[in-house]
Amino acid sequence: MAVDVAPPWAPAGWWRQMINIRWAPPLTLLIFLGPVGAGLIGTLLPAFGYFPALGGDHLTLAPWRALARYPGVETAALRSLVTGLTAAGLSVALVLSFIAAFHGTVWFQRARAILAPLLSIPHAAMAMGLAFLLAPSGWILRLLSPWATGFDRPPDIALAPDPYGWSLVLALVIKEVPFLFLMTLGALGQVQAEKSMRIAQSLGYSGMTGWLKTVLPQLYGQICLPIYAVLAFSVSVVDVALILTVTPSPTLGVLILRWASDPDLSLQFVAAAGACIQCLLVLIAIGLWVMGERLVARLGLAWIRRGSRLAPTGAGPLAMLGMVTAAGLGISGLLGLAIWSLTQRWRFPDALPSAWSLDNWGRNFDRVAEPLGTTLWLGLAAAGLALILVILCLEAEQRTGHRPTSRALWLLYLPLIVPQIAFLFGAQVLMVVAGLDGHWTGLVWAHLLFVLPYIFLSLSEPYRALDPRYGRTAACLGASPWRVFLQVKMPMLLRPILIAFAVGFAVSVGEYLPTVFAGAGRLTTLTTETVALSGGGDRRLIGTLVVLQGALPLLLFAFAAAAPFLIHRAAFVRKKSL
Amino acid sequence: MHFTTIFKAALLTIGLSTAPVIGSSAQAQDWSDIEQKARGQTVYWNAWGGDGAVNSYIRWVGDRISADYGITLEHVKLDDTANAVRKVLAEKSAGRDDGGSVDLIWINGENFKAMKDQGLLYGPVTDKLPNYALIDTQANPAVELDFTIPTDGLESPWGQAKLVFIYDSATLQEPPKSMMALQAYALAHPGRVTYPAPPQFLGSTFLKQALYELVQDRDALLQPAGDNYAAVTAPLWAYLDTIRPALWREGRDYPDGDDALIRLLDEGAVDFALSFQPGRASSAIAQGLLPDTARTFVLDQGTIGNTHYVAIPYNAAHKEGAMVLANFLLSPEAQAHKQDPDVWGDMTVLTMDKLTPDARALFDVLPLGIATLSPAELGTTLPEPHPSWMTRIENTWLERYGS
Repeated sequence: MAVDVAPPWAPAGWWRQMINIRWAPPLTLLIFLGPVGAGLIGTLLPAFGYFPALGGDHLTLAPWRALARYPGVETAALRSLVTGLTAAGLSVALVLSFIAAFHGTVWFQRARAILAPLLSIPHAAMAMGLAFLLAPSGWILRLLSPWATGFDRPPDIALAPDPYGWSLVLALVIKEVPFLFLMTLGALGQVQAEKSMRIAQSLGYSGMTGWLKTVLPQLYGQICLPIYAVLAFSVSVVDVALILTVTPSPTLGVLILRWASDPDLSLQFVAAAGACIQCLLVLIAIGLWVMGERLVARLGLAWIRRGSRLAPTGAGPLAMLGMVTAAGLGISGLLGLAIWSLTQRWRFPDALPSAWSLDNWGRNFDRVAEPLGTTLWLGLAAAGLALILVILCLEAEQRTGHRPTSRALWLLYLPLIVPQIAFLFGAQVLMVVAGLDGHWTGLVWAHLLFVLPYIFLSLSEPYRALDPRYGRTAACLGASPWRVFLQVKMPMLLRPILIAFAVGFAVSVGEYLPTVFAGAGRLTTLTTETVALSGGGDRRLIGTLVVLQGALPLLLFAFAAAAPFLIHRAAFVRKKSL
Repeated sequence: MHFTTIFKAALLTIGLSTAPVIGSSAQAQDWSDIEQKARGQTVYWNAWGGDGAVNSYIRWVGDRISADYGITLEHVKLDDTANAVRKVLAEKSAGRDDGGSVDLIWINGENFKAMKDQGLLYGPVTDKLPNYALIDTQANPAVELDFTIPTDGLESPWGQAKLVFIYDSATLQEPPKSMMALQAYALAHPGRVTYPAPPQFLGSTFLKQALYELVQDRDALLQPAGDNYAAVTAPLWAYLDTIRPALWREGRDYPDGDDALIRLLDEGAVDFALSFQPGRASSAIAQGLLPDTARTFVLDQGTIGNTHYVAIPYNAAHKEGAMVLANFLLSPEAQAHKQDPDVWGDMTVLTMDKLTPDARALFDVLPLGIATLSPAELGTTLPEPHPSWMTRIENTWLERYGS
């Protein structure tokens, strides 16, 4: 008789019945998506004038008329659309052409080594770095002045932030390229890339042409959701736009945030209407993108049918140049701000500080300590909670044998595609009713929404790839499913689990809008503090904040990489000494 | 043990004998009731937390009222005061009419008007605060007019701000002392003058300052803007149209506020910064944000000044604690400490004539910063126009010059 030997910490008896793991996926979706839907309704009602707290007790179109009358609102919406589409288009083109040209070469691994850490740097930190690099009083002009440019004062030109949104596009490309690159890399494992390439090459196609004609058509379906997420994010981004657009030429997202935080409370209605338009913009952007996809597919099909073996000339070097520029700008901007954190005095046009000092770290401790603490506990709590939910969902999937359909994957991506501001605005109203605004629980939930999808994306592949025979062997030896889970799967998956946790933590560190809305200005993180200083704050303080923002996720990734090794070695040493 | 008791009793007697003779003994009785109830309360003070100096001052206040009144102070640091306004509003809509989470708000201008209009404030409270008698409201009626809106005792004055200009004396000998002179300077030095974009309050103040100098009838600005709006503001738009092409970035971009202006001045990109804190240049020098040649100036016809306040929401959970705190903020000790340029440098709202010689001495010994003007040099203070002017001017500005 097989005795079910459960470890003492495994749930036992009736308790095991209660928490039937089959409920994990629907429960997760409920925790995860219920408030999104409720938040959208909470935005929709004020957009049509219903907001009893402000005396809006009947439905009216007045908010829409006020929105239409607001100066510059159409150009702001257009700016959002154009910069978002351009940034997403450039990022996708750059990543795909780079992978097409360098797939299977040594550059591929190098790119991965450089881009993976960049992925963990928050958007706001990267945008601040870029702003310092490109500004008229920025590092590039400091290095060139006055000897090459003749400037002894910063030139009076809007370089970054700029009125056209080019620096915004550039910052988005720098941040989206690592994400798309690593997502594409993951997807490459799911299509038969190597095999297709070998066949294409045997038929005389050059590397890049072969890749574009055989691998890309299989691959694109796998990466279109991440691409839509990038597109939606770029169209509706607020923190990067706050940093890199000039005050009189904002994007729609920035305008909505301005209305939502205006002392004139009647603008709350306009903000709600604006948030609806923001949703519409994302739909339009995705619609345009899908039309673009169809066009490219049709042209591409004709190109494939023609059977030309020629490689596109210059595309490889161009992709390399783009990649190096993007990564180079990202890294040097961060380096510049790291130098600022050690600066006492650094006036234009000095190439380096005239006086160095460690004072910033002590003097600003007060300003930094609280947001640092919040960032830490918030990231650990949101990532920890999301990790538990994701692991339970994946375990349920393996026990019941139901793999999520592609439609379910859409649900997972929903918080990444619906503009944050659209449901955060309404969710804030709900949180106030529940007494959760400015409370840590509301904040953790708001972060969970954005952390969970990334943890799922990061962990699902390794979890599903674990050889089922290990579990089966343990079960044959009499282990219960919970024991298999805890003593076989968890230890074997320790590394991917820790890495998924670090990914979730990095996402939480970078979140801006969820913190602003759910934190109600009372709970601030390193990211909200950094954005608050973007208008012209003390660069020494900005440098300190950005260094911390970048260092926290990197430390956690380093821990995730080192911990399994250290634990295994400790176990090995222990066994050896026995 | 005995000594401290006797010492405290002695202090109390002195305190009573020098206490301003305002109310009846009933009021004094009320106040001691309030102090009694306040003991042991935790006061959630929602105050903008963007300035290290202000934050450390508030921490000092917390230490003092904890020691003297047994009140715990929690500084809820806001990045925007409107957040606290919205918070109270949200609580009202959720039906939380008492036990609210905000006990005291640092407030003025539009935010005060919004709260007053929506009935979100508790009070009147100033008549209950013993130290309010240290302000001569007859001689300084502006203290009870927040951007021309009568405070009706719903907010208690805390400090005063006044528009000043900052320049670098190493690169500029004679700064322009009027808005017309500033226009002439800008036209002669294209790209070197700018102001923050409205609705940022410093930018709006710059426009109002220009309006004061250009307008025919200044009194019109103290009444709500009506049909006379276009006629009264016409000279302002003419002024701005003329100066705009000569502004920094040809008026297509504007800095965010005084921090940004100070950075631009330090980089040499522009020649003037604006600030609402007369001591700002001195503190910026001390922080290494400006060269030690930076100096302050004001305009010959005077500059706009305003008062900032603290107010208690209608549903505050700890109204007594909040009142004791508001009263402490008006004490000569707290006001003098706040005015110390090494602490914060914010101007007092107290009337010197109403203070005892000892209390006045606290102010007399305060040093002026290297780049700060003396009260006499700060010149005339112009009152804030009615908020309706600001709202409409901001809108017109956005229509004319916003993208």
